[in-house]
Parts: sequence; structure tokens; C-alpha cells
Amino acid sequence: MNLVTPAAIEIHQVHKRFGSVEALRGIDLTVHQGEFFALLGPNGAGKSTLINILAGLARADSGRLAVLGHDVRADYRQARRALGVVPQELVYDAFFTVREMLRFQSGYFGIRNNNSWIDELLEHLALTDKADAYVRHLSGGMKRRVLVAQALVHKPPVIVLDEPTAGVDVELRQSLWAFIQRLNRQGHTIVLTTHYIEEAEALCNRVAMLKQGQVVALDTTANLLNRHTAIQLRLKLEPACLPDSLQRLSCGRDGEIFKLSLNRHAELEGVLATLREAGVGVADMELLRPDLEDVFLELVTA
Amino acid sequence: MTGLWTLFYKELLRFWKVSLQTILSPLVTTLLYLLIFSHVLEAHVQVYPGVNYTVFLIPGLVMMAMLQNAFSNSSSSLIQSKMNGSIVFMLLPPLAYWEFYTAYVAASVVRGAVVGLGVGLAGLWFAPVSLAHPLWALAFALLGCAMLGAAGIISSLWAENYDQMAAVQNFIVVPLTFLSGVFYSIHSLPPFWQAVSRANPFFYLIDGFRYGFFGVSDVSPQLAIVIVAACFLALSLATLLLLESGYKLRK
Repeated sequence: MNLVTPAAIEIHQVHKRFGSVEALRGIDLTVHQGEFFALLGPNGAGKSTLINILAGLARADSGRLAVLGHDVRADYRQARRALGVVPQELVYDAFFTVREMLRFQSGYFGIRNNNSWIDELLEHLALTDKADAYVRHLSGGMKRRVLVAQALVHKPPVIVLDEPTAGVDVELRQSLWAFIQRLNRQGHTIVLTTHYIEEAEALCNRVAMLKQGQVVALDTTANLLNRHTAIQLRLKLEPACLPDSLQRLSCGRDGEIFKLSLNRHAELEGVLATLREAGVGVADMELLRPDLEDVFLELVTA
Repeated sequence: MTGLWTLFYKELLRFWKVSLQTILSPLVTTLLYLLIFSHVLEAHVQVYPGVNYTVFLIPGLVMMAMLQNAFSNSSSSLIQSKMNGSIVFMLLPPLAYWEFYTAYVAASVVRGAVVGLGVGLAGLWFAPVSLAHPLWALAFALLGCAMLGAAGIISSLWAENYDQMAAVQNFIVVPLTFLSGVFYSIHSLPPFWQAVSRANPFFYLIDGFRYGFFGVSDVSPQLAIVIVAACFLALSLATLLLLESGYKLRK
């Protein structure tokens, strides 16, 4: 570990077992400072368990985790100060208003007068007019935003969002992401888990995919997209027949559309040349780029 | 210390916001006991020579109300946070386990003291009660509330639902307070039940607290305070160990 600039999150050989279920099987993961990082995986892959262990809500059976170089057990005070977690469950304390909750949360982190930052958070999360409302009276989307505000009261350099947009409508989701992206530009490290894979694709520089408690892929979003899934070429041909020499690329037929699978865009030129030589015309053509969901499905079902 | 103060203040605000239920309701219930028992028994019973039964009853009822409410405060707050998941707001920040313990126990002491003071002041309307040894009374009151505050933390950590929590309250705490000599002196009991009562730590709390009022008690206040302090320390140690280990809080 580099002591000058420690990783935002360092996870080394983390194992966790619940009874007979091995939830995490030797997770190794490093998230660098300033990254926008996605943790993807199907339900039960171990994402929330990993986040809970990082946040101190659960304890690893073995392995080491550190936030900005602070061990989450031995140096838990520093580690927790560096970390802001938006929990997945829509939890709230029925006794208090939004502002009271945010003041308490500031106090727990040792911050006394935090009103100006609390006001700023409320404004960015469109909660200003709900500041004195009881959290129990707010809609699901608003409760979610209160959770985001609570996670940010102490301006944590590392922010972990566990399914932050579940149940939040499209418009608010956009403004939430704009806010999180701004925090990222200001230097905050962001780690998110989400079921909306297109969100991860649009926002994150790097992605880790978890399956059954193991990291099955860890790379930049661009590399994952390039590496894993072929580009699909959809062709409408006249006459409607695919030359024999192109059969090896065929991946099925959709009515009169022939589907070919290419590894690189450069192969397109060869396909078109072969068609021309065979006297087959192209009536319509479409190129489908792989998205993160394809990569995800490929890895998860592998 | 900001974290500890905040948690303590949050706990105070929590019971204050529902004070009808947390202060007024136990106050009324306790005064009903006073009204009924003093009406029925005053003419027939004199426990200590020269001490009117209603006057005898008041300190016991004050202590009983304090103990039950101190227990309720920490236990109901924690079980609610556990059941609705808002406990994460206290688990994510850098709060130490001893800060957690101190804040919850201190809030329990305040709630117990507020209810006890209310019962005591209202009791003056029924009968004039004077304090022979106020410091003894204060020491037993504080230790009793703190002890039950700690017991409330342990019970709510252990309980996995409201039913289990209610069971501890109704089958352990309430019987122990009722059978501790609130309504009688244990000298009026058969020898066997006297021995059983002496095994009940709440007996020493009530008896010692009463000594603070009348200067008379069933056992010596020195012995009582040693037993009570030992119970408080043992429960506190257990609470601190459970909190530090993350028992049923950090999986």
C-alpha cells in the first residue's frame, strides 16, 4: 500500500460465511481515489455483504479492509469518518424531522454546527421545503434522498451508494446523479451498486462484477464492453440468402433479418465485400453495440 | 465527546416527544396505585412504627416507577431502532461502544428521575413525606435507574422482536419490582419468602431508597448500597462487553 496516497478502498482476501452459505469467497478489490466505481452482480452475489463489512455493519471472517488506509476494525473511527454509506433499506427514525435527523447524524460524526452544509444538502436534494417534516410522512423517493443527505453530512471523501435510485422517479434520478457526479468531480470517490446497469455504464469508469461471492470481472467499463461481447450486425438482404462463407459468423435469424456476430468493427468491411462478390444486396443494415447488460448477463450466466 | 452528547440528546428528545406515553402515563398509573392502596390499607397497616402507610408507600412507588421507566427507556428505544432498521444511523458513525452505553444509560436515568420526581411531588398531595437522608435516597435512585438502563440495553440487544422484549418486561422486570417490598416490609413475609426477597436486587434498591426517607430499613443501607453497586457494575460490564462484541448488532 502506498502511504502517500492510499487507495480509497482496499479489500484484501475477504471471506464471510453465514451458516452454511459462503457469502464472500476471497474478495480482492482496490478502488482508487477519485474513481466512480460500480459494483454489479445478481441478487445474493455478496454486494451488500461486502458494503456492510466495509461500513462496519458486519464483520469479515477473515481478510483486511481499509478506507483511505484506515483499517475498518483497528482504526474504525478514522475509517468511518472517511466513509459515507447510503444503505439499501429505506430506513428512518419515526420520531424525528429531516433536519433533526441530519443534525443528529452530524453530531454522531463529531460535527457541531453543520447548518450551512445541511441547508446546501437539502437544496441539492430538493428537500428544502421538507426540512421540518417528519421523515415518516415523506414519499419513498424523498426518504431515499434523506438517506443520501444523511450519508453526506460529514462530507466523506469516499461515498458508497447501495442501490440509491431504487424507487426514485426518472427526473429525481437525473438530479441525484448530477449531484453525485458533481461530488465526484470535486474529488469524492464514488462506489455504487445498482440494478440499473445502464446507469453504471453511463456513470462509472470502472466496474467490478460479483457472482456467488467472487469477483468475476474487474476492469474499466470500456474494456469490459470491448472484451466480452461481440458486436451484432443485423442485415436485410436481397435476395434473402446468406453466402456460405459468412455462415460461420451467423448467430441466428429474425424473420428476414440475418444476425451476424462480429468481434471488431473492422470485420464489417470484409462482410460487405463478400456480399458484393456474391451478388447479394444490402437493403437495410444495423449495428448493435454491446452494452454492460450483455456483458453482465454473459458473465453471470457463464 | 460530541457524538456521545448528540446520542444522549437524541434519546432525551425521543422520550420527550412522546411524553404523554413516557412520562404522564406512568405517572398516572403509579398515582392510581397510591390512591387505591392507601385508601384500602391505611387504616389497617402500619409497617414502621409511627409511619403512616401512605407515607411508607410513596418512596416504594417512586422507586418502582423510576426502575420500570429507566428500563423502558433504553429497551424500547433500542428495540425500535433495531426493528425498523434505523439502528444503522448509530452504527455507521465513529461512535465507540462505551459512548453508546453512556448515552443510553444516561437518558434512562433522566427519564427515571423525571417520572420519579413527578410521582414524588404528586405524592406530597396525598401525605407529607420528608427526606431524612437525601444523599442516600439520591444514591439509590441514580444507581437503580442506571442499573435498569443497562438491563434495558442487554434485553433489547437479545430480543429479536417486540414480543420477546415485552416478555422480559412483563415476566422479569415487573414481577421483580412488585415483589421487592414496594407495598410491604419483607419482615411481614414467611421466612422462605423473606429469603427469596433477599435474592432480588430490586429489594435492596427499594429498601435503601426508603432508608433515605425514614432512616429505617429492613437491611442496613451500607449493605444495600454495596449489593446494588455490585449489580450495577456487573450489568454495566455485561452491557459493555456485548456492545463491544457487536452482539446481534454487527453481523
